[in-house]
Amino acid sequence: MKKNILGILGLLIAIFVITAVLNPKFVSAYNMQNLVKWSSLYSIMGVGVAFVIITGGIDLSIGSVIGLTASLLAFTLGKNWDPVVAICAMLGLSALIGLIHGLLITKAKLQPFVVTLCGLLIYRGMARWTTDNQSMGFKGHDQLNEIFSGKIPITDTFALPMPFVFLVVIAVAAALFLNRTIWGRYLLALGNNEEGARYSGIQTDNLKIAAYVICSLLAGISGLLFAFELDSVQPAQTGEFYELYAIAAAVLGGCSLRGGEGGILGVIIAAAVIRLIYNSINMLGISTHLEYAILGIVILAGVVADELLKRYTAKRAAQ
Amino acid sequence: MAAPATPLLEVRGLGKRFPGVRALHDAHLTLAHGEVLAVIGENGAGKSTLMKILAGVQPADAGEIFIDGQPVQFQSVREALAQGVALIHQELNLAANLDLAANIFLGREPHQFGFIDHAKLHAEAAQHLQRVGLDLPADTLVGDLPIGRQQLVEIAKALSCEARVLIMDEPTSSLSQHETETLLEVVRDLRAQGISVIYISHRLGEVTELADRVLVLRDGENAGELSRKEIDHNAMVRLMVGRDLEQFYDRKQHDPGDVVLELDAVRTPAHPHAEISLQLRAGEIVGIAGLVGSGRTELLQTIFGVTPAMGGRMRMASEPFAPHNPREAIRAGLALAPEDRKQHGLILQMAVRENASLASLSRDQQNGFLNFNAEEKVATEAVEQLAIKTPDLDQATVNLSGGNQQKVVLGKWLALKPRVLLLDEPTRGIDVGAKREMYRLMERLAADGVAILFVSSELEEVLGMADRALVMHEGRLAGELARDQLSEQAVMQLATGTPLAA
Repeated sequence: MKKNILGILGLLIAIFVITAVLNPKFVSAYNMQNLVKWSSLYSIMGVGVAFVIITGGIDLSIGSVIGLTASLLAFTLGKNWDPVVAICAMLGLSALIGLIHGLLITKAKLQPFVVTLCGLLIYRGMARWTTDNQSMGFKGHDQLNEIFSGKIPITDTFALPMPFVFLVVIAVAAALFLNRTIWGRYLLALGNNEEGARYSGIQTDNLKIAAYVICSLLAGISGLLFAFELDSVQPAQTGEFYELYAIAAAVLGGCSLRGGEGGILGVIIAAAVIRLIYNSINMLGISTHLEYAILGIVILAGVVADELLKRYTAKRAAQ
Repeated sequence: MAAPATPLLEVRGLGKRFPGVRALHDAHLTLAHGEVLAVIGENGAGKSTLMKILAGVQPADAGEIFIDGQPVQFQSVREALAQGVALIHQELNLAANLDLAANIFLGREPHQFGFIDHAKLHAEAAQHLQRVGLDLPADTLVGDLPIGRQQLVEIAKALSCEARVLIMDEPTSSLSQHETETLLEVVRDLRAQGISVIYISHRLGEVTELADRVLVLRDGENAGELSRKEIDHNAMVRLMVGRDLEQFYDRKQHDPGDVVLELDAVRTPAHPHAEISLQLRAGEIVGIAGLVGSGRTELLQTIFGVTPAMGGRMRMASEPFAPHNPREAIRAGLALAPEDRKQHGLILQMAVRENASLASLSRDQQNGFLNFNAEEKVATEAVEQLAIKTPDLDQATVNLSGGNQQKVVLGKWLALKPRVLLLDEPTRGIDVGAKREMYRLMERLAADGVAILFVSSELEEVLGMADRALVMHEGRLAGELARDQLSEQAVMQLATGTPLAA
């Protein structure tokens, strides 16, 4: 797994250096600040879905959960809800969504793909219907804006965006949970071999449910962050397709879709790579029409390289 | 007519390695036209590997194969079949939703312009069915046949490919006594038709009855051969085990203690109408024998909470006990080393350390956090006490040999000091050395007061290790045999549903 992180870190540095050499504006404080901010936002989603992917599952509903919490937050604040109550309600709602996913997957034994695909459709529809599909803003909520989208000045020109602070707290907690607690170990074990874990006395269902709750909760938090970052919410569009970025970050960051493998740091670096590619395309004047194609090729190449490396090390271990 | 001088099949110096284990080394074998050669040996002796190489399932690392004196190399099952070598798998490979004719000619259907010629298909299938004594219309669905007859369909399928060498891998392991007799009769018929058969079996009785010659494998090497008149039970066992039995199964007499585990009319989901009652005492080693599919594994799984009981009562140390999942069973003091070690016993991709500590993590936790010192201690103790051969604690268990994998499974449980140890086929797929260590460990644990309930398909093992044996048949306990009543014949009679003569 260490090698894995080195590979993706090398990719990050390579793209970074090439872009910086070709366009000095890339390293401007403003651009860096933006890059850090967006990387952080993607990372939070990626960390969430990493937990689900480690169990061998998938969550396709992340983008819709983001859309739903962002829309409902704007909607409830517009109805003069107390901000604390509104935010707690959004967090509770997203955790509840994860709980429902987990129960359907473990107790009703439905496939994660199907459950969360339906979730993708349902939450998007709910967001549009409750808000009458109106765009909404956050006028008069400066304090909330400061918390979710503010900046902590570091130098005269560079300030740390708040999403980065959120990410640091979330990442540290997630890494501790995954690597230092018995439940993290259980998650990795059940992702590798669910029956084997059960035979060892692990309550596999409960842990899988917890993974879906974590994933949806982090999607909900992302929703709040995106809402203030974008400053306005479009129920039909906010968060659309973001699950794909999150899954891409998790996979590129070393999580196997077969389950049982993955680390938090790798996912964060991979999320940064994805944002960096996006940024570089703009900075280098490459046609933005190519954006998705380049992203796809880089992720594919990364996964292929990882697989080849794994086979090579397995062969060497066998000899 | 004089017998042809060149054997039909000859194998010289065959070798095969898997990561961490030498499965086959310098194995040789000859097979004459119309000969039934029995290949015997304990689990892990290399029989299956040898047969898979002969049938083209996997390539050998070393050695040569000759057919009619011509060197051949099989890269695939298809190539082996083209040379007339067919393997009848232990698990049958038939499509239950297709009829007999369709199964026999699967992938080779007679056709015209892409359409199957059904008339020809059925006519030809009928011929082959007759050769194996299956008197059934060729349009019978395979799924409607009992397992014993399905096996005959497999043989008919092989014959339709003009097989000259039939390799049968434990063909009777899931057959009733009557089905077994039918199968043996068919094999004799085939021999009379000039077909050569390599017959792999654990049932020494069958081997004695059927084989023209016996080849014994041990630890992946030839241990010896017995000609027709040398074949007898003791000679075979001696070659298989490599020493006298008493020495191999080192059992001492000790008095059993109190009843620890008690089952009263327990019904398992696999056989919901069969009630099972039994008692297990501290320090006792009890074997469960029976045919494959007789409900032995399911019984252990129910006791361990994997598949909760459908009814009845259990008691653990006089306390009511009804586990809904393995965790509850583990907390009550049970442990299970499952039959399918790779699926159920281990997290294969994880390290020795992580596997050995998996069950004791929650005991040693510090407010939910892993206790790395305790983990290290548990894993180190397992490796030392059980003599697990691994380069280090961080080695993935997938790279260990079968015997060492099994030791990791046991190490995981022994860290919890269980009162009842359930072992499902404890020595399957492990070499003779590791087997002996396993038996010594069982003896040592029993002497320490652990109650051991083990399931085994190897009669020798049940005969050698059990203080008493329970024999299962179709989900029920068909009978119990005390140590002095234990014999291969008595166990097989009960296992096939024949009552013992008083």
